[in-house]
Amino acid sequence: MVNQSNKVLNKNITKLVNQTYQYGFSTSIEKDIIQKGLNENTIRLISQKKKEPKFLLEFRLKAFKKWKQMAEPEWPYLKFPQIDYQDIIYYSAPKAQKKLKDLNEVDPELLQTFEKLGISLTEQKRLANVAIDAVFDSVSIATTFQDELSKYGIIFSSISEAVNDYSELIQKYLGSVVPIGDNYFSALNSAVFTDGSFCYIPQDTICPLDLSTYFRINDQKSGQFERTLIIAEKNSQVNYLEGCTAPQYDTNQLHAAVVELVALENANIKYSTVQNWYSGNEVGKGGVYNFVTKRGLCVGSNSKISWTQVETGSSITWKYPSCLLVGDDTQGEFYSVALTNNYQQADTGTKMIHIGKNSRSRIISKGISAGKSKNTYRGLVSVTNKALGARNYSQCDSLLIGNLSNANTFPFISVQNSTTKIEHEASTSKIGEEQIFYFLQRGICLEKAVELMISGFCREIFTKLPLEFAAEADKLLTLKLEGSVG
Amino acid sequence: MTLNSPLLEIKNLQVSIDDNEILKKLNLRINKGEIHAIMGPNGSGKSTFSKVLAGHPAYSVLNGDILFKGSSILDLDPEERSHLGIFLAFQYPIEIPGVSNEDFLRLAYNSKQKFYNKPELDPIEFLTIINEKLNFVNMSPLFLSRNVNEGFSGGEKKRNEILQMILLDSELSILDETDSGLDIDALKIISNGINKFMNPEKSIILITHYQRLLDYIKPDYVHVMQAGKIIKTGSAELAKELESKGYEWLKV
Repeated sequence: MVNQSNKVLNKNITKLVNQTYQYGFSTSIEKDIIQKGLNENTIRLISQKKKEPKFLLEFRLKAFKKWKQMAEPEWPYLKFPQIDYQDIIYYSAPKAQKKLKDLNEVDPELLQTFEKLGISLTEQKRLANVAIDAVFDSVSIATTFQDELSKYGIIFSSISEAVNDYSELIQKYLGSVVPIGDNYFSALNSAVFTDGSFCYIPQDTICPLDLSTYFRINDQKSGQFERTLIIAEKNSQVNYLEGCTAPQYDTNQLHAAVVELVALENANIKYSTVQNWYSGNEVGKGGVYNFVTKRGLCVGSNSKISWTQVETGSSITWKYPSCLLVGDDTQGEFYSVALTNNYQQADTGTKMIHIGKNSRSRIISKGISAGKSKNTYRGLVSVTNKALGARNYSQCDSLLIGNLSNANTFPFISVQNSTTKIEHEASTSKIGEEQIFYFLQRGICLEKAVELMISGFCREIFTKLPLEFAAEADKLLTLKLEGSVG
Repeated sequence: MTLNSPLLEIKNLQVSIDDNEILKKLNLRINKGEIHAIMGPNGSGKSTFSKVLAGHPAYSVLNGDILFKGSSILDLDPEERSHLGIFLAFQYPIEIPGVSNEDFLRLAYNSKQKFYNKPELDPIEFLTIINEKLNFVNMSPLFLSRNVNEGFSGGEKKRNEILQMILLDSELSILDETDSGLDIDALKIISNGINKFMNPEKSIILITHYQRLLDYIKPDYVHVMQAGKIIKTGSAELAKELESKGYEWLKV
């Protein structure tokens, strides 16, 4: 009896979750491109095009050397065809490179693209809540609110500009949290990164706006190698929002970003992401390969770093936003929703490394797997012998939709002192056919039913997102799971 | 619907699941204002019958027809049948983690409002309505903030079903063993709620094993179902007879 009912309802759910990607379009804009392939010359050319100081070229070359000696990690629970790193364009920039003070100077077609994505900069500017550093392919084309932020001494610029304008800070902190040779993809990023954001919050300053970046992959073969660096000085606070969408393409696109956060004494950094890169079509063709290294360093005592992520896109996700809790009484948090559908694969989680005394961390991970996707939580909680009185609470919940999806949890816990308290909870549940029928019988349609159950499952995470982002995240999950029924 | 046509008419209904025929040429007519009790031994097809009326996708209708307000509903989805006025109180109400009872009830209510082009209610407006209905089944408003049926006792779950029935104000309500697992106080509360809800515009089908529910809710007809069809129909007296003699007595 159950089998037949499964068949029917699963068909409906499958139909529902297989909605096509709405942001699949590309903009034709004149581009400045370096030929595909990766060697020392490519790197020198990138550095030259970007008029970078010498230390950065050396940084890149060192990273490239390191990268050549490394191999792709094999431990993730991911399967994908061999990536040909010589078949990738490592630099592509829209040609209008002159400094733009006003949005009116921006290529109208580009602005249209943003509008299609639902983030009209003009509108954003008027609403004045969020400063946006929009990254289009590799080069920042519009940075707003810089003037206002500079009144507080806050620096929010593209990392390319910062490299020249604030080279001391960059030299001091770049690679300090994620070392060049940390992993294969961070080495690659360090060698070829083209742009990203740089934020600096001075001492005793609470950033008056949520800082936001909208990343976007636009060129068919251009890999994206973003580099973000955020420094929060003593007693400062900042919220940073990152959102991604990418156009629909048939060939796979590589994305290897590095994000480094540094929190000094009493500083508080909250980093939120909503990720919706193109995830491939319903038979698993295409989609972005997303290999991201995100790490925060709570170096000063009593500092706090909080990661919140809503991951819905990419065909491959490899991402572990982590916290190094070095200072005493530091706090690390990781709140995550990862949704996979069709043939998407996600291996994501966090690392909490406790070094400081009484350091605390909290991990709440919610994985939703639909279609034939694989969704893996992988986490490390490591407490060193010095981290006396450390505490960790972890909760990993998985929700399965349909009979062909897959959820895994790999929590690693290592504790080297006896005064530490660790808690770990995990659950796996399934949106059942009888649950759906219950909704339907009460007159609630399938879409609403799934939406309600998913948002109930994710509520704990959504409440951690900034308000405007929470609405967006809810919309995004609905979009991913809502569809053609009824 | 013409004036004389029954609210529900079931004609020669044959239903199977996974190639097992469960309902065999079932016939039943229910008029507005009537309460029908369906009794019968385990496995006679009573629950199947209730699910088929509600449109559960696991069952295939092989033959026959179900007419509701004069038209066939066989091609309608479960949610459409619900909007048209068919309510099923589940024998085992489903738990829905993460979804508050209040949201669930409001969404159900608003879905029906929307279907009839009536205004949907915001949470505050809805609260006024639902608070009044809670009294029907002696439920505390605290139920609203709890997740749907999660951690509810057996009696609480059944009361929650009756609450939904009253809220959605459906014309035809099928109560599938709503009395099972209830203590005598809960049974009284629920029966009371059902009696208050009942009026000449509505009909109720009570599926039950026990006479005791019928002490509180007076049926107009009692049917005995066996092996997928109704083998005997009588008045409330029939239930009493069954109580003393058992089903064996009816076997031919």
